[in-house]
This record gives sequence, C-alpha cells and structure tokens, in this order.
Amino acid sequence: MKYRLDSGRLEERFAEWKPAYTKAEAIAEANRCLYCSDAPCITACPTHIDIPTFIKKIASENVAGSARTILSANVLGYSCARVCPVEVLCVGKCVYNQWGRAPIQIGKLQRFAVETAWNEGARGLFPKPLPATGKKVALVGAGPASVAAAAQLALAGHKAVVYEKGALPGGLNTLGIAPYKMQASDALDEIEWVADLELVEFRCGVEVVERVSGDGQVAASSLLEEYDAVFLAIGIGGDAMLGASAGAGPAERVVGATEWIERIKGDAAYRLPSNVERAVVIGGGNTALDAAHELRVLGVPEVYLVYRRSETEMSGYAHELSAARKDGVKLVENRAPLSYAVENGELRGLNVAHASAGRPVEGTAELFPADFIVVAIGQDRARHTQLARLFPGVELDAKGRVVVDPATHRTGNRKVWSGGDCVNGGKEVVNAVEHAKIAVRDICNTLNGAHHG
Amino acid sequence: MADLSIDFCGVKSPNPFWLASAPPTNSGPQVMRAFEAGWGGAVWKTLGNPIVNVSSRYAAVDYGNTRMMGLNNIELITDRPLEDNLREMTEVKKRFPKHVLIASLMVETKEEWKEIIRRSEDTGADLLELNFGCPHGMCERGMGSAVGEEPKVLQEITSWAVEYAQVPVIIKLTPNTSDITEPGLAARAGGAHAVSLINTIKSIIGIDLDRMVPYPPVGDGSSNGGYCGPAVKPIALHLMGQLSRHPEFGLPISGIGGVSTWRDAAEFIALGATTVQVCTAVMHYGYRIVEDMIEGLSEFLDRKGMATVGELVGRATSSYKDWGDLDLNYKVIAEIDQEACIGCQLCYVACMDGAHQCIHLPGRSAEEALAAGHIHLPKPEHVPTRPTENRKGVPGSRIPYVDPVECVGCNLCSLVCPVPGCITMAAEDGGKPFESWNDRVARGDAIVPGGLACTINPSK
Repeated sequence: MKYRLDSGRLEERFAEWKPAYTKAEAIAEANRCLYCSDAPCITACPTHIDIPTFIKKIASENVAGSARTILSANVLGYSCARVCPVEVLCVGKCVYNQWGRAPIQIGKLQRFAVETAWNEGARGLFPKPLPATGKKVALVGAGPASVAAAAQLALAGHKAVVYEKGALPGGLNTLGIAPYKMQASDALDEIEWVADLELVEFRCGVEVVERVSGDGQVAASSLLEEYDAVFLAIGIGGDAMLGASAGAGPAERVVGATEWIERIKGDAAYRLPSNVERAVVIGGGNTALDAAHELRVLGVPEVYLVYRRSETEMSGYAHELSAARKDGVKLVENRAPLSYAVENGELRGLNVAHASAGRPVEGTAELFPADFIVVAIGQDRARHTQLARLFPGVELDAKGRVVVDPATHRTGNRKVWSGGDCVNGGKEVVNAVEHAKIAVRDICNTLNGAHHG
Repeated sequence: MADLSIDFCGVKSPNPFWLASAPPTNSGPQVMRAFEAGWGGAVWKTLGNPIVNVSSRYAAVDYGNTRMMGLNNIELITDRPLEDNLREMTEVKKRFPKHVLIASLMVETKEEWKEIIRRSEDTGADLLELNFGCPHGMCERGMGSAVGEEPKVLQEITSWAVEYAQVPVIIKLTPNTSDITEPGLAARAGGAHAVSLINTIKSIIGIDLDRMVPYPPVGDGSSNGGYCGPAVKPIALHLMGQLSRHPEFGLPISGIGGVSTWRDAAEFIALGATTVQVCTAVMHYGYRIVEDMIEGLSEFLDRKGMATVGELVGRATSSYKDWGDLDLNYKVIAEIDQEACIGCQLCYVACMDGAHQCIHLPGRSAEEALAAGHIHLPKPEHVPTRPTENRKGVPGSRIPYVDPVECVGCNLCSLVCPVPGCITMAAEDGGKPFESWNDRVARGDAIVPGGLACTINPSK
C-alpha cells in the first residue's frame, strides 16, 4: 500500500526551515553533546526518548542503533524530529543554554538518525513484534495518536484497524504541518513504515456513524461489538469561523486556516485566488502563525496577523512569531474582528475595532483593507463531540474535550480509550504519541488480563 | 618583557622554539618562511642516503570533534638529493645568521658519518642532531631507533660523531626502549653534548574496517609508524623527566613530543628542557602558531617574575618524585561551585560508576540514595541547602554535592566537568606531618592491615 500525492502542490514550493544534516554535520553536532546523566532533555520530551544515548550512537556511526533508541520510545520519532517545537522542549532544556553556548540541535540529529537508517534499509528498527494474541482494536481517526497507537498495539501482538473518514491517513501530521517543517509526502512515508507492520490495517474513506446508511460507513455500535477495545482519536474538528454578525465573504477569499493549509499541502489543483496583495490572518495561536508565515513564503506581499489581545498573551510560540516576522509577517495587536467588508460581492477587507483586554472598544471601528482573509480562531467542535457521543459512557468536558483517566487514558466507557487533540484540546504530535503510549499500555494490560476493569 | 633567548651548548638561539626534523623542515623555502614567522631554530629533515617513500604516509587519532590528537607516519628521511639540501641549508644560514640551523643525520658506516658531518658543517650548521630515533622503515635497515635501542651501538656511533664534529652533537633518543636512562647515559658516555627526546613511538593508529587494512593504507597493506602529536606529550614528559632528574646525566635537553602551545613548551622547560622542538602542531596549523608561543611564554615569565627562560629551566624537576616519596597525609577534597554548575551531572555518574560514590544529588532520601547505588550516606551537616535554581537558571535539584568525609580526592569529577573551574580540589589541613611510604618502610611499619601480609605474618 502506498499513499501518493499528486505533484504540483503549493507546499512543494517551500524550502526547508531546518535542512537535513549531512553525515559529517550530524557527527560533528553529535560530538558536541555532553552526554549528561539523567539528562534534562529526556525529561523535557513528552515521550522520554533517551536523547543522549541516540546522539552518542550517531557519533559512533551506529545509526541503526540510534534510530532504534528513538523509535523504541516514540514510533513517530521521524515526524516529531521534524515538527516538534524543540525550542520549548528538549533543545530548550539542553544544559548548554545555561552556559551561554548553542544548545545541541536534537531535532535535526533525530531526523538524521531515523531518515538515514530508513534510507539505508536498516532492519529491525521497531522492536520485534510479540506473537499475535488474536485480539483486535478499532482506532477511530488516523491522526498521529492513532497511528502511534496502532503501531504499538501491533508490536504487542494485537490487530489494529484504523478507521479514517478522509482519503489519507495521518490527520494534521499529514495535512496540517507547516510545509517548511515537513511536507505531506514525508509524513506519508512514515505512515508506510507503520502500515507495513503485519497487524496494522488502515481503512481510509470510512466514516464512523450512528447508523449505516450507505457505503463507506461503519456504525460505532458495531465497532464496540466487534472489537476488544476502541481507541478514539478524533481530533478537534474543523475551523471555527466568525459569528453570523460578521456576514459572509466570497468563499475563495475567506477561508478557515486548517482547511486552507490542508489544500496547500494536499490539493495539487489548488492555487491562491488571483492578485492577493494584502492578506489578513485572524488569530494568535500557532495555526494563525503558520498560516501567516506560509502566505508570506508563497509570495503575498503584505501579510498581517490580526490579534485581539497583546503579543505577550498570544498562545503561539514566541520562536514561531519571530521566525514569521523574519519572513515579513506583521503583527497587529489589540484589534477585534467585527465583520467582513464586502462591496458588490468583492472582499474589501476586515472591519475591526480597537480592543481592550480582547473586547472591542466602542466607536473605534475601522476598515482593515485586505483581499484574502484566513480565520484561525479555533475549532468548531460540533461534529466531533457528536462523534464522541456515539460511544456510550464517553464523557466530554465543558470545552468539548474527551474526559480520560490521565494514568490510563481510559474513558467512561470501559472498552474505550482516547488520546490526541480530542483529549488535550490541541497540542503537538509528540503529546499525541505519549497519549497513545499510555493508552496502549493500559489496553494491553486489559486485553492480556493483567487486570480486569 | 622577559628575555626568551637561550644558550644551548654554547649556541645562542633567539628563542627556545625550534622546528623538529620533519616535513616542515624539508626545504630551504620552508625553513626561511618559518624563521620569518619567528621560529628560533630548525632541525632539517634528516639527511642520509637517498630513499623512496610510499603513498599514503600519515594517519591520525581524532577524539570527538578534535582532529589529530595523535598523528603517525611511515615516511622516511629526506627524499631529496643531498646536494639540494646542503645548498639550501647554506642559503638559509647565510640569510638568517642569528637563527639556529641544526643538521639531522642518519647514515650507516663510520666513513659515511665522517663524510656527512663534514659536508653538513660546511653549510654553516650550528649543531648536529644524530637521528637514533626513527622507529619505522629506517630501523629495519639498522639505523634510526635500531641504534637508539642498543646503548652500546649508540655510544660507539656517538663517539665517532663527536670525534669528527667541530660543532656540538645532539643525540635524538627513541622512546621505544624500556629504560630511557640507558641510552641517555650511553650518549653521555659517548661524548654527546646534548640529547633531544622523544622521537616518535612505534604505533598502529587504527584499522580501516571496510578494507581491513591498518592506517595509513598503502594499497592492501600498511606498516607500523611513528606516533606523535598532543597525545604523546605525557609520555615525552615522563621520559625526559627520567633523564633530567637523573643525578649522573646533566646534559642539556631539547624536549620533543606534542608541544603545541607556549604552555606545553613551558612545561617541558620546567621539567628540564632548554629548547623545545615542534612538528605536529605546525603540520596541523602552520608556522604562524609560533607568534602565540613567543608572546605567551614571555607573558608567563613576566607574570612569574622570571627575567629569562633560563630561570624556568628545571623548576619542576625536583618535584618529580618516586611514588614512595609522596606525602600520605596530604588530602584534597572536591568542591562543586553551585553557581558555575550547568547541571550535566557528569561528575555524579563518573563518581558513582568510576570512583568512590561520594557525589550525591540533592533532595534524595536515604532510601533513594541507597537504591541508586550509594554505599555510604553523608552526615546531615554535609548536605547543603541548594537554591531553587542558581544564577544560571540551573535547577538546584540538578546541582550535585560532595560528601567530604568519603571523598578520596581522586580528581576524577574535576576532570570530567565540562565547565573549567567549576569543580576545584581544595587541600585540607589534616594537621598531620609529612609521611611517605618510604618513611614507613624505613621505620619498618609498611604494612597495611587487611591483606595477605597479615595472614602470612599474623604477628604484624
């Protein structure tokens, strides 16, 4: 099975932000590592990869061993190497920071190890799978949490069947990562390695529904009946848009951020509308930063990030903002979006008001001219909460997140575990992998009869 | 500024920095550039009967990102015609009369020695250095280290050379011998005016695991070569120290072996050398390194209140002692500067696995410490209060501390610490007088309880 994307995708025009190391570069960087004892970088990694050990193995040119160390702790160690915000995780905790010296480039080394080992055809990079148990687990949604869980279940001898509504597996890791970090084709390569495991099966284009009414559907109740366990990793839904009072803009010029990013990554036919000169991205999170940065790299002359609070309150990473600024993105703080300005069916811009503590100040409304608007103000959870509720006993909190026991990631339904963005409200791939590890450990204990729930 | 000029066997040199006989002294144009850069003297690439060389010739030991910690070579003496070398030596001496030109020589028969000494001296060379050290290729033909390893032969050839020579004769010694004082004293007995050491050490630098051939590969094979560079400095200092402290030796010494900086040079001089010879560092970085060597040594002498290099010569020789003469009551204890610490805990793991388990991590209970492998726990008064984080932002919980009762003062933690000056070894005044093992032996009290001696001789 090969997941292929047509070429001509806009993401192919992006250069890599952090280019791959050559062997000589990797060895030189690996040799800088102090090989700390009980290293702070390990503690900072949500999946606790033994970083100094894998780096030491790069230095000794034991690249397969290095990849093995990485993948034994994190089956998506390749993606994580490319997309992790290492600046605030492992690299941020490198002891060199405290010494005023450049920290070890752990992400680039991790990429080198896994990529080189795969490219050289190294064998046995995943641990040897345990004998098949005959048990089977359904995984709903093919995002990173499910891909990681499927791999680990298969390695533990359980059959893992992943149901995905879309045509491609990988979720946001395939179609949501900023292209200068990783392109969809690389994400799909990694999924191939997981899909090659004997007990893993992806069923893409299959929607989980309450009652089957046609092809490409499966009932939640039948998953609960037919499988020994279910893992819910259904993400956090589509883009939220401005409320009804904002009116409507032309669909090709007013877009939701994740949907737009998905198109530049996965849709070879997609192009920006003609003559985009001045784009606005509404929001202050990492998706907003990604979208703004991507617009600039695609050649839009002016790109503004319009945020209703101040820079210090942004939820997006400071290092991402500074990288976006370096590429020309401008931040407009304390502006609340009011409505789309449309004349004769043409987008003129965004009506905004000055904002105080995030709220519009009366009498300050003005037009912020724009000919392309990307909305990145969060997710519309309606469909996903609906999906979660198809599994009786699964509870959601006030923010629509699936409630789990943090020690086991088991939900209120004894047969259902959950992880990824639908549990934490939207974090990194590495967090999804850690959820999968915790859940799979508990699923295995339960299926193997270690304890009875 | 201190006076760096030195007198070596009556020959004046503007400074103690000479180039060793090696590729950097292969030709006139090279030696002239070296003298222009500031080198005080140069020992020409060894003259002798023509040879042929192989390709490749050098291989190195790297450590981490540090290249050429050690270098070895299977190159022979000069491969240039003798006439060319002698003509260029004459030109060099004419153009640089105040710099020291040393002719390095290696031939076989008495007649050859006589001839080559005469012709070398005709160039104006200030000194002769007899190469009894080369440990590869030439020794298989009965020259080089084959001579240096046989004190009787060494002494005889030395006496020939001294007989024929008008200028002082230096004997270059090989380290490939079990006791350096034997060839050293043989050189003296043969009438040598000085020695230089060490020549290179017999070595195989490594194996090319793809070709299954030792380095440096010459087609499908290789040979043992001569090892040099920073890695050999400790061996060189030891062998040189054996001679410089020997009561019957007393000849001037030109120290060789891994000298790369003014500090290395100062160490050789403090242990008894009058000049030093440099090769690998120049092969690595070029003649230009001498600028820092000159300036650094001069600054050092000023700081120490020494007006000349001569005042430094041999300053440390008398403190090179036999183990039995060391003070058993001297005690140092490691101290970790919590503000300088970066929290890598390399000291902790080194002490736990490689030393005496006396470095602890803060915040551990006694049970946790024992479970981690500690075999003794610090007294409560020795457990420091660590701040939440130090001025660098390192969490206090990552900053180890030393149990001063159990610390044996081995130095290991201070050696592995990546931050210079973070771990110091502080001398403790134990209030006990000097006492060496030899003192105990002299008193008839050289028995440590708990060993075989107690069983064999229970009365002790």
